[in-house]
Amino acid sequence: MADDRKTILDQLGASLSQLTERTPYPQFAADAATPDTLRGRGPVLFAERLTKANTVVVDTPQALGDFLARRDAKIGYCDPELASSLRPWLGADVELDLEFDRERVNEYAFGITRATSGVIETGSLILTDRDTSNRLGALAPWIHIACLDPAALHLTLADAITGLGDDPNVVFVTGHSQTADVEGILIQGVHGPGEQVCLLYDLALPEGPGDPDQ
Amino acid sequence: MKRQALDVFASGLAPEVRDAIMAGTTRVLEKRQTTLAEDYADPDSLRLLAGQVRQHALDHLDRYLPLAESRLRDNGVQVHFARSTGRALDIITGLVHASGTRVVTKSKSMASEELDLARRLADVGVEALETDLGEFVIQLDDDHPSHIVAPIIHKTRRDVAASFARHGLGDYDDDPEVITRRARRYMRKKFLEAKVTITGANFISAESGRVAIVTNEGNARFGLAGADVHIVLAGIEKVVARDRDLPLLLSLLVRSATGQRISSYVEFVSGPRSAKQPSGPREMHVVFLDSNRSKIVGGEMRQILRCIRCGACMNTCPVYRQSSGHAYRGVYPGPVGSVLGPLLKDDENFAELSDLARASTLCGACGDVCPVNIPLPDLIARVRVRSHREGTVHGKQGVPPMWSYSLLARHPMLWRLAMRLGQVLNWLPLQHLPLSAARAWSGSRTLPRWRGGRFRRWIRSRPRDQDG
Repeated sequence: MADDRKTILDQLGASLSQLTERTPYPQFAADAATPDTLRGRGPVLFAERLTKANTVVVDTPQALGDFLARRDAKIGYCDPELASSLRPWLGADVELDLEFDRERVNEYAFGITRATSGVIETGSLILTDRDTSNRLGALAPWIHIACLDPAALHLTLADAITGLGDDPNVVFVTGHSQTADVEGILIQGVHGPGEQVCLLYDLALPEGPGDPDQ
Repeated sequence: MKRQALDVFASGLAPEVRDAIMAGTTRVLEKRQTTLAEDYADPDSLRLLAGQVRQHALDHLDRYLPLAESRLRDNGVQVHFARSTGRALDIITGLVHASGTRVVTKSKSMASEELDLARRLADVGVEALETDLGEFVIQLDDDHPSHIVAPIIHKTRRDVAASFARHGLGDYDDDPEVITRRARRYMRKKFLEAKVTITGANFISAESGRVAIVTNEGNARFGLAGADVHIVLAGIEKVVARDRDLPLLLSLLVRSATGQRISSYVEFVSGPRSAKQPSGPREMHVVFLDSNRSKIVGGEMRQILRCIRCGACMNTCPVYRQSSGHAYRGVYPGPVGSVLGPLLKDDENFAELSDLARASTLCGACGDVCPVNIPLPDLIARVRVRSHREGTVHGKQGVPPMWSYSLLARHPMLWRLAMRLGQVLNWLPLQHLPLSAARAWSGSRTLPRWRGGRFRRWIRSRPRDQDG
């Protein structure tokens, strides 16, 4: 392996030394690819973009409870830090697992986790490793509910990407899981959620605890 | 004269396959065009910029590759280098064996296709499940992808349903929703069973060591939620200079590939899972694959390494649309494959695949749609020049000898004579002449009537301008 590294870097050096000039880094704004039509601010616009991007927006815990009742979703995984805030609004017959049990993966109708922020330009939810209580809980059930404080929004994709910080895993979720592999016909819910929901509401949660080792 | 291999393949293509490819490529092209037109007043300026951003990283790869390595190591990632596909295979096989798993999940990665990774792992007793739905169908059928974004563009829903039925994934049902649900049920068991997941990388930032992975299905995300070990296999050219390059490149990649504004899942992975995260890999490896890229990067066709694998060039290519990706006999089909195919593994592949550069009308459409401004028609012409210079056998197939044209073009008297004698072509049954070049050209073309020399006679007959 060490030999391969040396071979590759030596070859790279030799190859690039043939160039009479090397392309300089161009001057450009990080948000150069943000269309003017997608610029804007505020939670209302964000909610519109979420909806356009196949995400169901609910604006109160009660509305979330109503949504789950309409879906007849009775069993789900829930971030333990969110459970006490949401429990009163969910039906009495709704069972919340606070630890994701892999054996029950097909029983979970929904998963509730936190989103760290959102991107107004694209209607994306940003899930970070430190705020997501369980990656599987945010992905495996048919319905994923991301709870997001409407104050935590990035205006553009560029803002969000250049502000990723040092979290080891950040995923921008835009709508539900989907495929068009079979004859270009769009089908939702391939591996991840078939329904993506955002509870856009300030649950007055404490800041994410972060890593003890960070 | 032997016909070009691509011509032979294309002429045997079933009409329904050609129709499926036409429909698939047209659909994506139109969506791409609509999105770009809606979003940008001048999309061309963005792709020129993106081309510069990519070329800058490539021209300084001797600096950025070690920098990316250093950042990845700082983030707790184990970095490996493989000078060849064989070496990459050894490294990955070693990592899989060390994990003790017999099941591996795999996301779509063109670099892994270069290794034929899933089959090679199967050879050593490891089930490497392709988790992209299209790739899964390819795996069931022991087939090969025919498009880098839409691997089963050549298959109909009936083909897929029949394949699922043959492999015990339910009775025949060609409803795409039923097909998708069956795949979901089958694969999630594997996601939870596999200890190792293998992905590619769309980009790797040298600044942060962050690996960007884009999917719509969420399969890479599921792999990264279920497994203990994450292996990233990426060509060395995937490195970009800075995080701030990513919004531009991702925006153009997704719009060019599918006509979306962003994919459902854009994941940025810079290391093993955080300490409080209960699911996801505790261990992360990045395998940088060279396979001749380090030579290409300083050569006359270096711009080909800008490619961000969006597939737009093949969607627009009239040759690809008539012949399918399989006609290109390699991992990368279409215009990009006509250049990259012969250059990767240069010593053994160039002569074998140099005919692909002939499979182009040089109409320029591929260059016009490329989101990173790769001058594909120029590069294809350069491959032709090189194959001529090196006298490759495949590169000559189906190509009429040009020495006679060259002779005539250099001697005006001979040219005029030929123009007059050419009238005889109007009366000769070219298809029945024992001239392979004549047969090759007229076999699939209706030649216009010969009118050679008339322009010269016409221009001579016009009165000269007194001032001219």
